[in-house]
Amino acid sequence: MNERSSTGAAWFADIDPGDMGAATEAIRERTADAPLNWPSEAIDAEFADDEADYYAKLREATLESTHDAVREREKADDQQLKHSVRAMDDCDRTANELAERVAEWAGTLFEDAGTGVDGARDLAERDPAGPTERRVVSLAERVASLADESDDLREYVERQAGTVAPNLAAMAGPVLAARLIALAGGLDSLAKMPSGTVQVLGAEDALFAHLRGRASSPKHGVIYTHEYVRGTAPEHRGSASRALAGKLTIAARIDHYSGERKPEIDRELDERIETIRARGESE
Amino acid sequence: MSLPHGVERRDFGGEDRLATRGEPVYGEPTEDGWRLWDARRSKLGAMLEREMDVGLDGGDGVLYLGAASGTTVSHVADFAGPTYAVEFAAWPARDLLDAARDRDRLFPLLKDARKPETYAHVVESDLGAIVQDVATRGQARVAAENSRFLADDGRLVAAVKARSEDVTGDPGDVFDAVLDELGERYEVLETERLEPFHDDHLGVVARPRER
Repeated sequence: MNERSSTGAAWFADIDPGDMGAATEAIRERTADAPLNWPSEAIDAEFADDEADYYAKLREATLESTHDAVREREKADDQQLKHSVRAMDDCDRTANELAERVAEWAGTLFEDAGTGVDGARDLAERDPAGPTERRVVSLAERVASLADESDDLREYVERQAGTVAPNLAAMAGPVLAARLIALAGGLDSLAKMPSGTVQVLGAEDALFAHLRGRASSPKHGVIYTHEYVRGTAPEHRGSASRALAGKLTIAARIDHYSGERKPEIDRELDERIETIRARGESE
Repeated sequence: MSLPHGVERRDFGGEDRLATRGEPVYGEPTEDGWRLWDARRSKLGAMLEREMDVGLDGGDGVLYLGAASGTTVSHVADFAGPTYAVEFAAWPARDLLDAARDRDRLFPLLKDARKPETYAHVVESDLGAIVQDVATRGQARVAAENSRFLADDGRLVAAVKARSEDVTGDPGDVFDAVLDELGERYEVLETERLEPFHDDHLGVVARPRER
């Protein structure tokens, strides 16, 4: 009786030998307290003809199941990527804002105080004379460490984006890929967006102004930072950003649904952009 | 001591080095279909270099805990029988999948070695060996929990990592504590430090006590 209940826990129990989808799910979901001689149990249960057939089926099911499990785990990492790229931007923005304050204040105390984050880094190294200077130098130190944190976050984003979304990261660059994922709220939402929405992600203010009838429709959102938009002559930027958004959408879908790297979509985009840019030259 | 059947010392650049026969996995040198098995990259390889009697026979079923990207387990699958490779982290498992695709009886499982009930419905009983290389606290416990898969005369072949148990403790003390706990479920047959191949690692060969 005991043995019977254990057999029922096998990954192949009650599974049609032709239904690999059910088998891969069973490998991921089921549990058992004790192992049995599964190959012979499977032959008895007529799941497999012989040992070789059993191992062939087990091989197919474990490869498929583990591939799916890895994919799912990596995709869950998109939420971590979203938080890290937002934190990176927050650190950046805050460092710059504080650096302005530091520059304004330091200008009243030091003749040669520089501006911006670099100016603050420079100040942070100084030996303060008196309590007032100590406050300014201390504030400059916060700016420097926020800027360091932002650099570390950027490094992390650059490393992670390629794992979460290999095709999107290759095409957009890791940071822009992370921004698109963050703006969409996740890789799955990005993969489900029409490319027209991807094209204007990050330009929501301009889009709503347009929808209220107060402005022309935005040509691009955050994808503006991509060389294929910024580096294209203004009169062709609309076409370039439409083409880029189209391919980015496809890249996000491949990343979400299959996860395999497909370099050919990069080449298709390269060719399309070349055509768009050549249009300008031939006219 | 004799090497497991299917593991041989072959000539690589004028030196006799460990090797197995199979598809290359991680860019290792090959000669006539034999893949160099570098003891510096593999704790099991280091145990064989140290001439430990791991008691592995070619063709034995193996449960490999902590397969990582598949470097060592690919060599094991080259000479062993059905080989179940358990790895918990997703990022090395991609490479493990690639190694498994090139082999007939290497079965990758994205599972937590501390929870054998999550793979006991897949991994068969009465295996010849458990090879354990998990960088987690409670390595003795992992070995004990997984003893359910071993045949009575099977072997536990473990590389115990001191730093995973206690980063600051003296490795010798850490190993004593781990061996002590391991002794509840296993009879320890042989131990050997794995320097200079791997710092602060202890190779352990043990067999399960009668239940």
